Amino acid sequence: MKAFSLQKPASVADAVAALGSAEDVLPLAGGMTLIPTLKQRLSECAALVDLSDVPELRGISLEGDVLVIGAMTRHTEVANSDVVRKAIPSLAALASRIGDQQVRNRGTIGGSVANNDPAADYPAAVLVLNAEIVTNVRTIPADAFFIGMFETALEPGEIILRFRFPVPDMAGYAKFASPASRYALAGVFVARTGDSVRAVVTGAASSVFRATDVENALARDFQPGALDRISIDPSEFLSDIHADKDYRGHLAIVMAKRAVQTALALAE
Amino acid sequence: MTITFTLNDRSVTVDVEPSTLVSELLRDTLELTGTHVGCDTSQCGACVIHLNGESVKSCTLLAGSVDGQELRTVEGLAGGTDDLHPMQVAFRDNHGLQCGFCTPGMLMSSIDLVNRNPDPTEEEVREWLEGNICRCTGYQNIVKSVIAGAQALRDASRGDDHA
Ligand SMILES: Cc1cc2nc3c(=O)[nH]c(=O)nc-3n(C[C@H](O)[C@H](O)[C@H](O)COP(=O)(O)OP(=O)(O)OC[C@H]3O[C@@H](n4cnc5c(N)ncnc54)[C@H](O)[C@@H]3O)c2cc1C
Ligand code: FES
Ligand code: FES
Repeated sequence: MKAFSLQKPASVADAVAALGSAEDVLPLAGGMTLIPTLKQRLSECAALVDLSDVPELRGISLEGDVLVIGAMTRHTEVANSDVVRKAIPSLAALASRIGDQQVRNRGTIGGSVANNDPAADYPAAVLVLNAEIVTNVRTIPADAFFIGMFETALEPGEIILRFRFPVPDMAGYAKFASPASRYALAGVFVARTGDSVRAVVTGAASSVFRATDVENALARDFQPGALDRISIDPSEFLSDIHADKDYRGHLAIVMAKRAVQTALALAE
Repeated sequence: MTITFTLNDRSVTVDVEPSTLVSELLRDTLELTGTHVGCDTSQCGACVIHLNGESVKSCTLLAGSVDGQELRTVEGLAGGTDDLHPMQVAFRDNHGLQCGFCTPGMLMSSIDLVNRNPDPTEEEVREWLEGNICRCTGYQNIVKSVIAGAQALRDASRGDDHA
């Protein structure tokens, strides 16, 4: 690893000051993505700002019908939170299946969403519920946040403070995990609130995206069978040694059906 | 930078480069080579230690981040030099290891599991050890060991209650 300096601020104000606007000064959350990439020299930086001592970035609470989760909340905390399990059980279930237990003990929701790995789980939850991403400078709706592969609307020096998830009537997530990493080869999150249905695919393309044909079919009939004649165009999908684009396209529909099944089961 | 932390119940103060990994600090600087490094991608679990009682991958943790924290490594499990922790005894008695490379990580992960869940099912053990890779045993005897270790720890704490 190339040498860098490390700071550990104790407040958001100090963290923002330490970050400044330089592109090579990065926030460090759980380090479960950032440290491996630095180790393998896939990226480098001059300084890291460790956010783990900033209390304002922690915590889970329900404010009316909005679930608020601090950026530094670890995956294991979300998975085991009674508040999350009650308000959005599919979100707790998603967190419980990220990576392995040691990854979940360190990895954070803020780091995962800021990183926007094409195969990550949390971006699907944020987009399907159109959560708000609250940063130190503004509030960004999920619809405007995910730009492309590892790319988001965040500017250098901007940090995510917390997420605001509107609680849906029902929601479910299903992923086909790579047996080695547990990342999604394809994962689908569906959510229904009133008459509105959203469906988001992760793992299949360069970034999470809404599958509008799936959404329309489920808005008419929120049942797995409603997707029997639906397909997703896989021409822009990823192909790698694990799965080619046609396979991922097929998998996305299978996962969408399972996600609907899960949503219906969780709502019972 | 200078950091001070608790390592296996003793206070340690060292001068480190901020980019030092905890696995490097333990093995190279402090010469505690019980913590193993089996990969470059944070996937094998050979390096698992406890940070404030929770199992974490020491190869994916910066020394600067553990300033003021409490660490435990496999060397800190047994009470004395001839002693073994009940989980170590269970691994020995149940052939839970062959080459032993994965064993320190397996032990540290398993002990974190039984601390939170004293009577885990086989499925819970397998799920919890997802991030600990073993190239030798086929896992069967590792799972057996963890269940036996959990039992031994339950028996020991019941003994304490009666005493
Ligand atoms: C073996 C393994 C398996 C994994 N499996 C999965 C999986 O199945 N599914 C999955 O979704 N993920 C998986 N991950 C990734 C894991 O969830 C990471 O924890 C996550 O992607 C990054 O979170 P972090 O807290 O570790 O962030 P870090 O690695 O610390 O940071 C990631 C990036 O986000 C930036 N950042 C961090 N916090 C903030 C913030 N508050 N504001 C702005 N920018 C910020 C950092 O500067 C960095 O660029 C896996 C990782 C490993 C090592
Ligand atoms: S050395 Fe492989 S996970 Fe740490
Ligand atoms: S005993 Fe050899 S790797 Fe597990």
